[in-house]
Amino acid sequence: MSDSALSLNLRSKRGEFRLDVEAEIPLAGITAIFGPSGSGKTSLLRLIAGLDRPGEGRIAMGGDVWSDSARRVFMPAHKRPVGLVFQDARLFAHLSVAGNLAYGQARAGIAPPRFDSETIIEALDLAPLLTRRPASLSGGEAQRVALGRALLAQPRLLLLDEPMAGLDHARRAELLPYLDTTLRQLEIPALYVSHSVEEVVRLADRVLALSHGQCVAMGPVEDVFARLEIEPLEREFEAGSILAGRLVAHDERLQLSRVDIGGQVLELPMPVAVQPGETVRLRIRARDVAIATLKPQAISIRNVLDGRIVGISEIDDSPYADLIVSIGTSQLKARLTRASVEALELVPGQVVYALVKSASFDRRPG
Amino acid sequence: MPDLGPLWLSLELAAVTTAILLLLGTPLAWWLARTRSGLKPAIEALTALPLILPPTVIGFYLLILLNPTAPIGQFWLSLTGDTLTFSFAGLVVASVVYSLPFMVQPLQSAFENIGRGPLEAAASLGASPLDAFFSVAMPLSVRGFLTASILSFAHTIGEFGVVLMVGGSIPGRTRVISIAIFEEVETLNYHDAHLLSGGLIAFSFVTLLIVYSLNRRFRLHVG
Repeated sequence: MSDSALSLNLRSKRGEFRLDVEAEIPLAGITAIFGPSGSGKTSLLRLIAGLDRPGEGRIAMGGDVWSDSARRVFMPAHKRPVGLVFQDARLFAHLSVAGNLAYGQARAGIAPPRFDSETIIEALDLAPLLTRRPASLSGGEAQRVALGRALLAQPRLLLLDEPMAGLDHARRAELLPYLDTTLRQLEIPALYVSHSVEEVVRLADRVLALSHGQCVAMGPVEDVFARLEIEPLEREFEAGSILAGRLVAHDERLQLSRVDIGGQVLELPMPVAVQPGETVRLRIRARDVAIATLKPQAISIRNVLDGRIVGISEIDDSPYADLIVSIGTSQLKARLTRASVEALELVPGQVVYALVKSASFDRRPG
Repeated sequence: MPDLGPLWLSLELAAVTTAILLLLGTPLAWWLARTRSGLKPAIEALTALPLILPPTVIGFYLLILLNPTAPIGQFWLSLTGDTLTFSFAGLVVASVVYSLPFMVQPLQSAFENIGRGPLEAAASLGASPLDAFFSVAMPLSVRGFLTASILSFAHTIGEFGVVLMVGGSIPGRTRVISIAIFEEVETLNYHDAHLLSGGLIAFSFVTLLIVYSLNRRFRLHVG
């Protein structure tokens, strides 16, 4: 029996909504289940947790079959080694924080526990909250308790259903580092449902993208987000590209770092806490990329990359067009006006120069 | 001073009835709160019937069901050597039927108020449905249980028509307080009637005061 992968083969129908997902999710690190509202993310998570019964199909974790309609197998939620963090925390109002934490632990029946309460309380900074009642907690605190409670039930897989959706910006910024460090420190595989590009980029190692109940892409964050088909899913967010790179060197005097992205080098303001040789993840907004057909000279922008246009998509009812530019091993998204595209006579296949005005560092890829 | 025997008998009847209703009404209310079955409205209507039927209707049918020549009455007679009609056991059966909605409705709304959320959370933490009921649903419904028990108890104390038809007025056996008051009035013994009635009014007021203080949002709903 191995926990190497979660294999899903599901067809489920609820009212008008159909979920049809076939995927093998490697059980290491954090996998984001990404898609717009109503794409079936939460439905999928509930099926994996055993809270709903799939119409048809099979769910197995390694060698353990959790659900198989053909063989009439269905393991109820309370028997699955899965921890679940709900969007709305769902702490038990009649118990203190300590009582909530102990609830799952008492029912885990694993000795010795893989996650002991001291470690969890320490990692999530729960000690000051232990005697409090759930009603007195802020949204962020409640989610930290919910995460701790789920972990202390000793799951082999953690499911998080938009745990930050109900939080304001400040609370999210507060919770995110806890999520990030705790999940990595404990090395527990997790599925993280989100419709936020920012969260996915920050936390996830890979993405399963859902649209209208179908799995439209799965793979490393950089690859999935670089693909054009994902664009409609993130339209409400700022379009951009995510690139994996390696930090080559720092220039202490000019406070710049050189980052190698598949053979070409970007100069960027020095990030804190990244050393030369380490891998980094960069996010470059599409509107921060300009295109030139001739190599520009006498210009303040220092990051000029050689590229080739692989796709141009005009955005309906807007003055803009998005270009996908291949820059060696990865792709860059550039947002130009449709007028620029016409004036420069840009076509797919054309060799161009991509001018990168700025980029931001994200989490190191896992 | 009136004979206080009927008062003690009423209290005993109410206590036994409430205990039985807790055992029967809890699973019924839980089922009603959680089911998606098409039978739910029919069962809800049946449960609420005692609220609107004249006690004489319930008493009449209970007499027919419980009398020693009917199957249930006959079975009870062969089992215990006593009849169900005109006995304390018969009063308990009648009170359970008559007070059923007062147990089931507050419990059902308490269970519905919990929602699925905490129970799904309990399941995800490894609690079986039965475990989740006792460790999550019951503690979260404490006020519902209190309200339901107090109302069932008080309602049983106050019943008259059903008791009269099924139990009659046998001192020490079926003569409960409401029957005793009726007989005091019949025999024009107003002094004792006043004492018992006034006491019952005070008792009922205090009971309702406790219920409403416990749960300001509670409302009895018919159907």
